[in-house]
Amino acid sequence: MSATTAVRRIRSPLFYRLQRYGVELASLAFGLVLVVWSVTPIYNMWKIALDSHEGIFGDSIFPEAPNLESFRVVVTQDFWYLERFWHQFGNSFTVGLSVTGLTLLIGSLASFTVGRMRLRNGWMLTNAALMTYVIPASFLAIPIYRIMQIYGLGNHLSSVILALTTFATPYAIFIFSQYGKSIPMELDESARIDGANPLQIYFRIYLPLMAPALVAVGTYALLLAWNEYLYNFLLLSTPQSMTVAVALAQFLNSDESPWNYMMATAIIYALPPIILYYGSRRYMAAGLTMGGVKG
Amino acid sequence: MSGTQQALGFGSSVGISQSQRPPWRIRLQGSDTTWAIAFVIPYVAVFAAFVVYPVIYGLWMGRDPSLYGLLFSDPLYLTTAINTLMFVAIGVNVAMFLAFLLSGFFMSRSWWVRSLLVIYLIPWALPALVVFTSIHFMLVTQWGLLDSLIRVVTGQDGPLFLVNEWIARGANIVSFIWKWMPFWTLVFIAARMAIPQDIYDAADIDGASGYKRMIYVTFPLLGNVYLISTLLATVWALGDFNTVFFVTSGAPGRLTDVLATYGFNEAFNFGYPNLGVAAMMTALPIMIPLVILLMRRVRATGVQL
Repeated sequence: MSATTAVRRIRSPLFYRLQRYGVELASLAFGLVLVVWSVTPIYNMWKIALDSHEGIFGDSIFPEAPNLESFRVVVTQDFWYLERFWHQFGNSFTVGLSVTGLTLLIGSLASFTVGRMRLRNGWMLTNAALMTYVIPASFLAIPIYRIMQIYGLGNHLSSVILALTTFATPYAIFIFSQYGKSIPMELDESARIDGANPLQIYFRIYLPLMAPALVAVGTYALLLAWNEYLYNFLLLSTPQSMTVAVALAQFLNSDESPWNYMMATAIIYALPPIILYYGSRRYMAAGLTMGGVKG
Repeated sequence: MSGTQQALGFGSSVGISQSQRPPWRIRLQGSDTTWAIAFVIPYVAVFAAFVVYPVIYGLWMGRDPSLYGLLFSDPLYLTTAINTLMFVAIGVNVAMFLAFLLSGFFMSRSWWVRSLLVIYLIPWALPALVVFTSIHFMLVTQWGLLDSLIRVVTGQDGPLFLVNEWIARGANIVSFIWKWMPFWTLVFIAARMAIPQDIYDAADIDGASGYKRMIYVTFPLLGNVYLISTLLATVWALGDFNTVFFVTSGAPGRLTDVLATYGFNEAFNFGYPNLGVAAMMTALPIMIPLVILLMRRVRATGVQL
């Protein structure tokens, strides 16, 4: 062990105070840069949504005569792209909640079997699950599009639900098995001694103890399903079955669409993830540190 | 050896996790096997129907060697491949490095830094369709926000963002960084929080402060997380469709396409799905080694994301 400590030059108290203020000021300036960087596209969304049709094409950086007309049009379904807006909003929710429920159910059952019931060669299941991520979702879109038609699920919400569940479940299994390691096996064993069958162990012991992991994964699955575009676009093309994401992208098909209506729709569409995200932030952070992110 | 180096166990890896296989102490009883199979069937069914079958179908779609001849003779394909490589290499590395630096900034305990973190995470929390379309509108010249800002500052029109291919490529990369940097910053913050304070105290005694602390203490300890995050981000970026599709749609022409949008165009706009699949398959020689490397590192070091 080295017997010397480094020697630091001591300067005057004024120097240190100025240094602290300087650092504080630099941090504040940097923070301002970061806010501008993060928020500018969001500001742009609001600017266009609050503008009238002529105002969008002007060159002001502020909305010229801000009004809530676009929002009114969206909410009352007053435009032909938006005729079924609330139905499509409901479709998005159906897809999101179904994906969440299915992912949690299938993922927890699978990780319960592999981790707690010690299924022989269960590790093959986990590895195979992670293989899903070898080929990116956007690459698999073309075959899956064809296959959904073969299965007869075209323009049906369940096609999107099943496709997205497939992409969310491996991550769910991974998180559940990591988290499950912190639940002692003795609980399962004592339940077995008391005569419980695996189904009862699953419902009475495993699920309640896994609650934080369930919330974290559920939030992740819901955000994944809500924010997803490509599969929604490919698999759902009728106005009855479309989700809001697809309806939004319709505006982009023509050059002359009313962008203010589109941005107003986009803002309404963006609200649930923001609410969900900020409401469950603690659990999302917990999901990242489940077991601790150790190097 | 200084005290810090010894505390770090310098030269040997830090934080090797426990073995991954649990001891098979209890055998599955006979009746339990039925339960186990019943529990596992939902996932196996989903996996077989929506992963195995599509992958096999996709491989079958891309089986014709003449497709690849057609692909490599297309000059646009070469441009697309280079775009993808640039997009991934620059986007991922810049995002990761900045996320690493910013995670240090966000470790501060001031109240305003913590509320700043909340705002900083908005790009990642919002749907890609929404934010990238907004960025697209910022780039449209004459009435886009960027052009208006440039006019306010310099009094002249800005460049034609979506007509100049290099600016468009830059826009794609910057948008990618804008959206993903917050997520990786969060990962690094979580990793930094797992570093015990004692190590920093020991470093302090040895006289390391400021950037020396970062080079000799923080960076080695976060090394594994950094590597695994980079690998994962690369895998995700190779298949990234949303960014390029909404920000530039390959503008001008199809000069800024990446593999995912190129394949999508071929399959759905030109009615040649096999070519689209073939284009995406050409990424596999890079993708598969990356994933194998990633899974090896995760298993070896026990890093959990």
